[in-house]
This record gives sequence, structure tokens and C-alpha cells, in this order.
Amino acid sequence: MTHHLVASDLTLAYDRRVVIENLDLAVPPESFTVVVGPNACGKSTLLRGLARLLAPRSGAVLLDGRAVHTMATREVARRIGLLPQSALAPDQISVADLVARGRYPHQSLLRQWSAADEVAVATAMALTDVTDLADRPVDELSGGQRQRVWLALVLAQETPVLLLDEPTTFLDIAHQVEVLDLLADLHEQGRTLVAVLHDLNQAARYATHLVVMTHGAIAAQGPPGEVLTAALVAEVFGLPCRVVPDPVTGTPMVVPEARVRVR
Amino acid sequence: MTETRARVAVGRTTLLVGVAALLLIAVVLSVAVGARSLPPWLVWQLLWHPDGSADAAIVHELRVPRTALGLAAGAALGLSGALLQSLTRNPLADPGLLGVNAGAAAAVVVGLALGLTQVRAQVWLAVLGAGLAAVVVHLVGGQAAGRRAAPERLVLAGAAVSAALMAGVWGLTLLDPDVLDRYRFWTVGSLAGRDLAVLGQVGPVLAAGLVLGLLLAGPLNAMALGEDTGRALGVRPGVVRGATGLAVTLLCGAATAAVGPLAFVGLAVPHAVRSCTGPDDRWVLPLSVLAAPALVLLADVLGRVAVAPAELPVGVVTAFLGAPVLIALVRRRGVAP
Amino acid sequence: MSADVGQRASAGAPGALGAPGSLLAQGRVLRLAGGRLSLRWRPRAVVVGGTVLALAAGLVLLALVLGDFAVPLDQVWGALTGAEGPAGTVVRELRLPRALAALGVGAALAVSGALFQTLVRNPLGSPELIGFTQGASAGAVAGIVVVGLTGGALALSALGGGVLTAVAVYLLAVRRGLLGARLVLVGIGIGAMLNAVTWWLLTRAELATARTATVWLVGSLNAKGWDDVTLLVGALVVLGPLALVAGRALRLVELGDDVARALGLGLRRAQLLLVALAVAAVAVGVAVAGPVPFIALVAPQVARRLVRGPGIGLGTSALVGAVLLLAADLLAQHVPPTALPVGVMTGLLGGVYLGWLLRRDGRRT
Repeated sequence: MTHHLVASDLTLAYDRRVVIENLDLAVPPESFTVVVGPNACGKSTLLRGLARLLAPRSGAVLLDGRAVHTMATREVARRIGLLPQSALAPDQISVADLVARGRYPHQSLLRQWSAADEVAVATAMALTDVTDLADRPVDELSGGQRQRVWLALVLAQETPVLLLDEPTTFLDIAHQVEVLDLLADLHEQGRTLVAVLHDLNQAARYATHLVVMTHGAIAAQGPPGEVLTAALVAEVFGLPCRVVPDPVTGTPMVVPEARVRVR
Repeated sequence: MTETRARVAVGRTTLLVGVAALLLIAVVLSVAVGARSLPPWLVWQLLWHPDGSADAAIVHELRVPRTALGLAAGAALGLSGALLQSLTRNPLADPGLLGVNAGAAAAVVVGLALGLTQVRAQVWLAVLGAGLAAVVVHLVGGQAAGRRAAPERLVLAGAAVSAALMAGVWGLTLLDPDVLDRYRFWTVGSLAGRDLAVLGQVGPVLAAGLVLGLLLAGPLNAMALGEDTGRALGVRPGVVRGATGLAVTLLCGAATAAVGPLAFVGLAVPHAVRSCTGPDDRWVLPLSVLAAPALVLLADVLGRVAVAPAELPVGVVTAFLGAPVLIALVRRRGVAP
Repeated sequence: MSADVGQRASAGAPGALGAPGSLLAQGRVLRLAGGRLSLRWRPRAVVVGGTVLALAAGLVLLALVLGDFAVPLDQVWGALTGAEGPAGTVVRELRLPRALAALGVGAALAVSGALFQTLVRNPLGSPELIGFTQGASAGAVAGIVVVGLTGGALALSALGGGVLTAVAVYLLAVRRGLLGARLVLVGIGIGAMLNAVTWWLLTRAELATARTATVWLVGSLNAKGWDDVTLLVGALVVLGPLALVAGRALRLVELGDDVARALGLGLRRAQLLLVALAVAAVAVGVAVAGPVPFIALVAPQVARRLVRGPGIGLGTSALVGAVLLLAADLLAQHVPPTALPVGVMTGLLGGVYLGWLLRRDGRRT
């Protein structure tokens, strides 16, 4: 079953500051879409708009043709999962308990823990390989482990669409690759992923659909091989570079030009 | 670059002149206006040539002491607020919010309960109480393991400590009605009913605090970007923190002992000054010393005039002036984490 | 990828009481009606709750026995069940309602504190933040000093002041419909204004009136009777179910605004509900006993430490608050040379608690 997430003529603003104006974006179903762009280009704002955290000033975000803002919050939570940057773990909560909270959209006052919840949490923890950490307090985990736990929480929600806001920030490189590989696995299992990443090369390596933003608008979008060119990088990021094939995967790799040094 | 600097310097000098003029106006109003208003020229005459008339009595025994106290207390509170905001790098720091005033109040009440009603004893008690409260608030709500305290955490700690101190105050006032009687008048913060002798007692402590505080302008500037930067610039953060704490304690203790707790003066004035001059403490501190008394005196005048012939104590007026300022600030700029 | 998912799923058989929810490290599940109804419960919370309840019963017994007119233990049951004579009157009309009122007020204040602490995600949160206590104080003192109110009318005046203030603070602190760090500062600003008014009114009164007002301001359980207890029970009946709903919302609010909304919580409505519930709870407490300090601050944190769980539970907070206030009242009545209002004792309690906080944070750095 495919899920179409579409931003239609979307304008997003914070109080008086308009960040994104009249933007159109159709997220290809079952794709691993990555949004990149320089600082303050609006990529996080776009993600928050797609996740229904920010009400549109005008235009709409459509999920399967229905405007997301007219849908009940719980219904949206069963379709779209979000991993934000600003997640707080309560003191001393165990991994299993935290992941279990991801089941909220499927629970009610009288149905607080069904067999389905049990299965979903177990599966989520297995996928993110945190099953062994189930009883440990989240506070005691490393950055990479903690990120996997939050990812497990989002997976426990069992949503077909996943939105991730810079899931690799503050992680060292081994953990970054670990998380991205996991996201690739999740994508292969049939989910639609939209992630904001700041590393161009990682984005090119993992994305099936790359969206490059600048100044609140989309500069280019499409398969990374087509989109990521030296000209684009120079224009959007102001970085003179060469784009060469990655020696391991063949995806485009951005290599900055040497600086002419005056000695 | 020098042109911008020159422009900024001119702007600041204009501001300085403006604030000084405002202060002068406030002083004049304070001496002239009241339930019985006197024209300024008469006041001037009576100041220098007291002629034993009722008007002269009003000027010399009511208005002058009042104005002098307002000047002293205002300067002290303005400077202590500016120092606290600089040191904690927290634009919402105020000795009242951080429990310092409550500490002074509690100590004074303990003194009252023990029969220590002379102003000199009250001054030292207030200073002691202010210092202890400041330390406790900082320990409870301040930095933990190197993390910088969020503004709300310090303020919450201040509220909690104040509540604890107030409970002690309550207990004492209930056990001894005489203490209640003295305390309820003292705690509102008023310039009335106190004579110049108070200023004499409080003066040396206040002066010491003022001098110390103003001398800290340079070192606080250096620490504005963080303690490590300050150390790199040759300043010793521990010493600066201690000295600032001492100055704040002396100033708040003296001011509170003299006129009772005055809310929000230490918050609103340095904040307003800083928004005009920028964060340079060599301007913020002296301008606060000039602007805060203006606020206090104007508030006092307002209190005399607003519900005439009755009087609103200046502590009530500053609360009603300062709280909206705080709320407007919080709403406009958000709260920086 | 693990293959024993099926095994884990079958660990909780339908209908089993307390089948270990193997993935809930700190809980068990009660399943009924073939799995259509399932409730989570935590063994430790139940044990702690039971112990505290037993402690409460013991304290009530103590409250019935102690006093100027000592009632021997063997006469207590008789006195409770309608025996005539001074023992019966004292127990039934004075001590029992006072003890029950202490339990009720303590529970109400603790629930309010628990809600505020979760809303601002800070263990120092309390109902003062929304300005309710300061508004109620101003309303009450105005009533006493200006009009000479007592009893029910006084409580109404206090509540009116409190509710108006809470509404004003909420409206000023809300931003795009959501609460945030602004709540603390707006509440403290408005609170300071109201404090100024309250104290100014105290200077305008006769000393005797000022003293009466001060006694109210401190928080006191003097002369609390069965009508107060009825009010508290009524509040429990009305607010209890709301608290159950609130408990679920709290678990999400703890995770941060974004995650809460992403998991399907209507955050604006939830926050409004939580604030309204918190104000209602503190209103009941203040209407009966005045603004008793520190129970709202201390009880939820003590409860959290006893249950050793993530987050603050409303039920355990209520129980702990009830016991703390009753204990404080017993201490305030029988320990000092003259009986003091309970507010003074809880104030001292608060001081001790803050001191303990100091030591704990000091050891951490």
C-alpha cells in the first residue's frame, strides 16, 4: 500500500518571518527522500510542516489526498512517525518503557497494553538491535545507542511514513553509518522515509530521491546521480568542488576544490 | 569603524545626559509634589533658608529624607540588578526574584523577634540574610556539573527559597503580634516614615557596595563571553564572582534595610539601559545607578498622587510598574535557554 | 534479526492477572475480556501506595487519640461509632473531620504540584507558577480586610481571586496555544504584583484584623469540619476520573512537545486540561485550608523517589501529600508550646527539603 505525502503550495512561517513560500513537493512513495541545503534554508521547517508540527500559513500538506491539518492528531500519528531533534527522556526511564510509549496512538484508557503492542515493541527493538538493552536506563546509554532507542520508539508506532530531522547529529562517524544503514534497511522493507541530513555525501549515498533546498525553496530534486552536480553545489552552497563517483557505491561524491594558497 | 564608534559614543553620551536630566526632574518632583504641593522656587528657598514654617517642615522632615532615601535605595538596587544580570549572563536576574530580598527580610524579622529594632542592627542582619539567601539560591538552582543554569531554574529556586524563608517569617509574626506589626509595615517597601538617620546608618555599607560594584565593570565585561574567555583576558573568575556577590549583598542588604524590599527595580532598569547602550558594563552600570533612582522617585511621586490623600507605598507601585515590564519582555523576546 | 518475537508475545496469556509484560521492565498487565480490556500497573507503585495508605490510617488514629483531651485507644472505636459523652464529641466533631480534611487537602495540593512539575519539566514547579496562590491570597485578604468576610464567603473570595489570576497568567504565557518557559516568569511577575497588593492591604488594617488575615495566609486546618470534608470528597469524585485521563497525557508530555504531538497527543488541549485540573485541585485545597506552602512542591518528588519510576505518578503523589500534611498538622498541633498553624510546619519542611536538594546537588558536582 503506497502512501502519498505531498506539500501543495505550502507557505510556512514563524510569527512574522516567512521561511517557506508556495513550495510544492511530492514525496515519491516508498522512497528514501533526503532533504539537504545550507543552514537556514528551511529544511527543518519543511519537515516540521510535513509532520504537522507547524500549521501552514497557506497551502496544505496532503496525505493520500487529505489535508493533514484536518485529520485527527492520532490518525496522523498512525501514519506518520517523526524523530525530532528535541526529544527528552524522563529521568531513569528504561529502554523498554520508552519504546513502549511509541504505542500511544494505538492505545486508549481501557486498552493500555494489548498483545499487538507487545509484538510491535519487540519487533521495533529487534530491528534497531536494542533488545539487549531493554532494562537499562536510557540516561546511561551512549549517543548512538540512545538514537537507536528513539528510532525504536518511532518504529513501534508502526507508521508507513517516517520523518527524521537530522538523525545523525552528535553521533560519531561509525554510529552515523550504523543509523543510516538501519534507515536503508527500513526503507527496503517498504517504508517511505524523509530525512534531513547535513552531510551531502551521506545524503547522496543513501537517498533514492534527493531534494536540495535554498532560501526556502527547492533548487533541484531527483535521483542523486542526476541532481548532485558541481554547478549545483557551487550555486547553492557556494563551494567550488568536483563531483566524482564514490569508489564504493558509485553514487556522487562531493570533493571540494583545492584552495589557491598565496604564500 | 571609528565613525561608527564615534556615533555610538555620541549616542551613549546623549543617553547619559538624558538620564541625568530625568533624575534631576525626578528629584525636583519628589521634593515638590505631594498631598500638599509646593512650587519649586519655594522649595529651593526653603532648602537653603529654613524658616520654621509648616512648609519648611514638610520640605526638610518629609520630602528631603524621602528623596535622599529614594536616591540611595534606587542607586543600590539598580546597580545590584545590573551586576547580577552581568554575572549570571541572565537578562532576567533580579535580586528580588532570586530570593535575596526575602533573605534580607527574613533576617530582619528574626532581628525584630529578638528585639533588635535599631537600624544599624537591621542593616547588618539584612546584609547577612541577603548573602545567605543568594548562596542558597545559587546552590539549589544554579550550575550543576558545569551546565549553565537556565533562567527559569534560578528563578524557581529563588521562589522556593523565598517561600521557605517566608514560612519562617510567618511563624515568628504569629508568635509575637508586635513583630507582625512592625514587619507588615516594613515589608511593603516604603520611603515614608523613615528619617535621615537611617541613611546615616546605611550609608557606609551602601557606599562600599557602590564603589565595589562600579569597579567591577571592566572585569565583568571580560567575563561576558564566558569564564574561559575571561581567564584568557587575565581576569580571575572566582574573584570576580565573589566580589560581585559581595557587592550585590551589600547593596541589597543596605537598600532593603533602609526602605524594605522594592520589587523589580533591579530587573527593569538595567534591562532597559542595556537595550539602549548594549552590553558594555562600563556604561550599563553607571547608567543604572542614575536611572534606577529616577524610577524609584517617580514611583514614589506616583504613589503620593495616584490615590491622594492616601498614599501607595513605593514598593506597591514598583511592583505594578515592573511586573508588566517583565511580562512584556518575556513575551517579546522569548526566554533564552 | 531476532526470531523469538513470537515467544515474547505469548508470555502474557489473556485473562491472566499480573502476567509479566516482559517488555515492560517496570510493569505488569492485567488483561480481561479476551484482551479487549488491558490495564497496566506497577507492582512497586501498588506496594508503596498500600504502605502509605496504612501509614495514613495510623496517623488518623493518632490524630484521634492525641490532644488536650486524651482519648484512650480502647475508647476510640466506641467514640467513632456514636458513643455519647465528651470523647465521642471530640473524636467525631473535631478530630476526625480535621484529620480527614488534612488528608484531602494534602492530596489535592500534591496532585496540583505533580501536574505543574510535569508541565514545566522541572522539579521546582508548583501552583505558585500560575499565580493561583497569590491571587487567592489577595482575594482572601481583601475579603478579610475590606469586607470582613469569613467562612464560605471568604473561601469564595479567595477562589475568585485565584481563578482570575490563573486565567490571566495562562493567557499571557501561552504562545501559539502552547505553554513554555514563559509560564514561570509571567506567573512570578503577576504573583509579585499580587503579593504587593496583599501586603499593602495588611498595612491598612487594624492589627487584630491583620493577624486574622495572616493566619489565613499561612495555611491552617483549624476548625475544619464535616462540610469541608464533604467538599473534598466531592472534588475527589469529580476530579478523580479527569486525573486518570490526565495520567496518560502526562506520560507523553514528559517526552517533549514535538514527540508528544508526533505520537498523537493534541498538545494544546492536553495542556489546557492539565492546567485546568491543576488549578481545580489547588483551588479545592486553598478553599479549605488556605495557601499551605510546600506540599505541592515536595510530595510529588518524594513520591517519585519512593516509586523509583520515570515521571511523576498522580496517585502516589496524592497519597504522599495526604500523609505529609496530616503529619505536619499533628506536629504543628502537639510539638510547639502553643499550637501553630500547619502552614508554618510545612514551611519548615520545605526548608529541610531544599537543604536536602542542596546536599544532593552538591554531591553531584
